Amino acid sequence: MSDAVVISSAAFPSAAKAPPVLPLKVRDLVLRFGNSTVLDGVSLDLGPGGCTMVLGPNGAGKSLLLKLLHGLIAPSSGQVTWGGQPAAQVTARQALVFQKPILLRRSVAANIDFVLKARGKNRAQRDALLEHVGLAHKSDQPARLLSGGEAQRLALARALATDPEVLFLDEPTASLDPASVQAIEAIVRDARDRGVRIIFVSHDIGQARRMADDVVFLHRGRVAEHSTASDFFPEPRSSAARDYLNGRIVV
Amino acid sequence: MGEAFGLAIALVVSGDADLIEIVALSLGVSLSATVMACLIGLPIGAFVAVARFRGRNAVLILMNALMGLPPVVVGLLVYLHLSRSGPLGFLGLLYTPTAMIVAQTILIAPIVAALSRQVLEDLHAEYADQFRSLCLTRVQTVQALLWDARYSLLTVGLAGFGRAVAEVGAVIIVGGNIDHLTRVMTTAIALETSKGDLVMALALGIILLVIALAVNAAVQSVRLTAARQAYV
Repeated sequence: MSDAVVISSAAFPSAAKAPPVLPLKVRDLVLRFGNSTVLDGVSLDLGPGGCTMVLGPNGAGKSLLLKLLHGLIAPSSGQVTWGGQPAAQVTARQALVFQKPILLRRSVAANIDFVLKARGKNRAQRDALLEHVGLAHKSDQPARLLSGGEAQRLALARALATDPEVLFLDEPTASLDPASVQAIEAIVRDARDRGVRIIFVSHDIGQARRMADDVVFLHRGRVAEHSTASDFFPEPRSSAARDYLNGRIVV
Repeated sequence: MGEAFGLAIALVVSGDADLIEIVALSLGVSLSATVMACLIGLPIGAFVAVARFRGRNAVLILMNALMGLPPVVVGLLVYLHLSRSGPLGFLGLLYTPTAMIVAQTILIAPIVAALSRQVLEDLHAEYADQFRSLCLTRVQTVQALLWDARYSLLTVGLAGFGRAVAEVGAVIIVGGNIDHLTRVMTTAIALETSKGDLVMALALGIILLVIALAVNAAVQSVRLTAARQAYV
């Protein structure tokens, strides 16, 4: 598992980039499905660098917020802009890792090749990426026969193959064993240290403490609190966040 | 009946030249039609699977309805087009294997399109979020879906081939069941039965069944191998 933290610069060749996508500005974001309002007036500002943890009870709208920020779905009203551009225009400069990895019915290597080819990138990066996530020895194996932790590391490698400026993670370590969680956190931390902006949804408060630079706490479709990690964990301002951190049921 | 069955097996085992010729033409025509139908039907099925457009439901209904095209009607339509007074009569294709391939292609392309649409739409539902996140073009999406569904699409092709090799109505109208030219297994079975020569009809029937079993077994074996690798 220690392979997962080996960092190879060959995996991430420097490339000339377009103007930065940050800062993120979210204004009065509302998402409705029929009569149900899932996100109700979310406003948020995120600057470059670091890892933002999005916390909140089930049904708070965390995963949908990620999809809205990534431009995968359109809001009912409100605005999401990245460096002044609409979310859908910068989707290609971001990557999203889902809670359940969506892997192609191909080998581990072919899953990476697919993305590199689609993005017109050099396939020589593939081996370095697999080495980086500790899957080089499984290169020729069918991707869908990987364990949960391995599959998520492959999904992460595939996301990193797009050379994203923003990496969204939607509970990527849910139901994984501690070693897999540690490996994935190491890969994410490394991406953050290389300047990739991380926006990470999790239910794991311990993980949030380990990873967060700042915390967005969602409750009933609204941002109940947005603070630095050093402020949030010892002294959450909102009662919902306090209850959540103390393990009380928050609805 | 028992005697006819024994004679039929002897005919198959002896490698009768007429029999081999008929079987070879049958396979040639139906395999060609299956390939043509896949070339036409798979892109249509894939496009309808991933595209959302006005009138899509009507297209789905039409595609599903066309799966039940009666072979004799297809044969008649192709006949009308290829006959000397028809719009394509100048091609001189009537009563040739090419005409039979055309008729069978028309017959099974809707089957390939409709079944592949269902297979690819199900797969697309699984991949859609990931593909949108990767900003794939529609062509890249379709290519990826066709490749990842390749083993399921083998079964779709098999369904088309099964329909083609077993039908008699279309090929008898446009092919004419001409000995040594357009006689295939199904038209020969129909002819020999009407003549009372049950031995030849039975021999052809046995071969038809064996071919159907062999092709199904081969496809199933490929699918099982793929399933073991979680590629299905």
